[in-house]
Amino acid sequence: MMMATARTLRRLVKIVPWLAAAAVVTAGCGSGGNTSTTAGSSTAGLTVPTANLPVLQKIGKGEGQLNLIAWEGYLNPIWVKPFQQQTGCQVNAKYAGSSDEMVALMKNGGGGQYDMVSSSGDADLRILYGGDAHPVNMKLIPSWKEFYPAFQSPAFNTINSVHYGVSLQWGPNVLMYNKKDFPTPPTSWSVLYNPKYKGQVTVPDNPIQIADAALYLETHNPGLKITDPYELTQPQFQAAVKLLAQQRPLIEKYWSLASQEIFDFKNGNATLGAGWPYQVSTLKGNHFPIGDAIPSEGATGWADTWMLAAKAPHPNCAYKWMQYISTPKVQAEQAVNYGETPDNKLACGYMNKLQAGSCDEYHANAPASYLNSIKLWKTPIATCDNGKSDCVPYSEWVSAWNTEVK
Amino acid sequence: MAVTASAPSARESGRPGAWTRVSGALWRRPWARATLLLTPPLAWFLLLYIAALVVLLITAFWQINPFTTNIERVWSLSNLSTIFSSSAYQSVILRTVGMAAAVTLIDTVVALPFAYFMARIATRRTRTFLFVAILLPLWASYLAKVYSWLLIFTHDGVLDWTLSRIGLGQVHLIYTNWAVLTVFCYLWLPFMIIPVYAALERIPPSQIEASQDLGARTWRTTRSVILPLALPGIVAGSIFTFSLTLGDYITPLLVGGTSANFMGNIIYSNIGIANNVPFAAAMALIPIAIMAVYLLTARALGAFEAI
Repeated sequence: MMMATARTLRRLVKIVPWLAAAAVVTAGCGSGGNTSTTAGSSTAGLTVPTANLPVLQKIGKGEGQLNLIAWEGYLNPIWVKPFQQQTGCQVNAKYAGSSDEMVALMKNGGGGQYDMVSSSGDADLRILYGGDAHPVNMKLIPSWKEFYPAFQSPAFNTINSVHYGVSLQWGPNVLMYNKKDFPTPPTSWSVLYNPKYKGQVTVPDNPIQIADAALYLETHNPGLKITDPYELTQPQFQAAVKLLAQQRPLIEKYWSLASQEIFDFKNGNATLGAGWPYQVSTLKGNHFPIGDAIPSEGATGWADTWMLAAKAPHPNCAYKWMQYISTPKVQAEQAVNYGETPDNKLACGYMNKLQAGSCDEYHANAPASYLNSIKLWKTPIATCDNGKSDCVPYSEWVSAWNTEVK
Repeated sequence: MAVTASAPSARESGRPGAWTRVSGALWRRPWARATLLLTPPLAWFLLLYIAALVVLLITAFWQINPFTTNIERVWSLSNLSTIFSSSAYQSVILRTVGMAAAVTLIDTVVALPFAYFMARIATRRTRTFLFVAILLPLWASYLAKVYSWLLIFTHDGVLDWTLSRIGLGQVHLIYTNWAVLTVFCYLWLPFMIIPVYAALERIPPSQIEASQDLGARTWRTTRSVILPLALPGIVAGSIFTFSLTLGDYITPLLVGGTSANFMGNIIYSNIGIANNVPFAAAMALIPIAIMAVYLLTARALGAFEAI
């Protein structure tokens, strides 16, 4: 056995320089030809490459298949099975763990493989400016008229009144605390930055956390003049990153999976944290004394959209899915099972039928005022709302998160 | 009747069958035999393994569009220069190499006496039992093993509970790099023990007796006979422990804390979170380079000629 190992190794050692040489040669050969074919896209003067594609005018016969990229829990048999029976479209699920994974999977218009993606606002703009989303004809989706106005044509999935998908559900990122350690509920995000709670805090391992720090500074450092936590100028951005770097010693764990945060609360590794209603409802289901609050500063949140892929191979089934998923009953089923807020106004009654009081619990009946306190995720881009291009783009958020915060 | 009789009649007439002719032709041409035998595995190796690696290496010299994250095929060294000019990435590289070295060292120190006992002292039955004990964890799921360590290290977990019961206080190892080190040492130990055992088992007893006949005591025999002969095994094992630690990101992700940023984690977050494949590829060049240096050093030290 040893002989074989050593011999293999000796050969491996001989191969290594070859590999390096091959790489250099190939790199050298390619460099001449490829420089001219650079994709010349930039963040200034953005246009959606697929904006002029013709939309579907009439839904035809289903293709029998529907390939969806979704968040885990978004394709529950409770509502997927009836859809399959009604339409004959077999749903094939591909689950993604992060917004960025969704962007990656949708590359090349879904590659002619995927039909739709349930992406969040921080990924949507990247998908549609990347030319990977297809315009959608809203006339074919009747329940869309029952949506709250804020979710009919939101800026994250509708550009120049062209829709690239149908909004789905939304929810806040909440402050979570152990009720045993905090008998009086905290009312400010400041507890997450208080050295008193060193080693008890858990926050998401996600560059979009910089927006949470910016939201906190919007109230606590008015001199910075932050108006939108996703549109930060260099000094505002630096202040938010500095705040997070100061928070780092207090952090017990940057969680990357929802299950990690649940584990840490259950086992007493963390008593405070930032998380999703999903973790709260799971812990409550386990009779754990978890408390959740939307503090006085407001909160960040997400709003998801079922976006249509530019090369969707099953467009008829995709439209049937958009019709189905936006109806009040299905909206209510997803809201109650996942723990988020539906976009359809009429879902409230169905929610209470499924679980008494759930309409109030998930704020399905009071969005207008409540929605204003939630800053929904969107992709930070270099061009600010005022047209100036002095905002910090998302790629810098990622590198600051990896090199300055963590 | 005529059909069944045709086969023996062909053989009787002395004409060889098609298969016999083919095998005869191959027997006369050894190069054809070798080509047929080697083409499928070689094609697989070149296409899937080398080609994928080369594509990865090329990607390292491209960039992404910062907004749409589409890959832009412009050649530059900017990814590598980012890695080498940022003190954050430098400390990640140093931390990873340090961790890999520490894991290798600890596993060597643990594996040597263990493998020696197995190879030269233990009875046949004990040896079988120890083999099963070493190999059994390899059949268990990697994640199950890491999660069980998480339960040991957690707040009021098995470790802290036991320590506080016997009055030693609590150590709070969860989410520290000590926890990461412990789990790595546990996970990769079998990969060190098995090659070291194989090397020690092959030492002829006559050499140890000769050493003793020449007046060498235990320490001298260990140092001058056993260790040099065990070295190839240690080097082989260290290649496993070192490279496995260099590339792993799941253990730091699960049991590591705020300073558990290793090269694997940077690669993972640049592919999974930032979708910056070129930067991840550039980062992946570094463990490849480190392993190349490691293997060449091992060869220069004569570790491979010793067998």
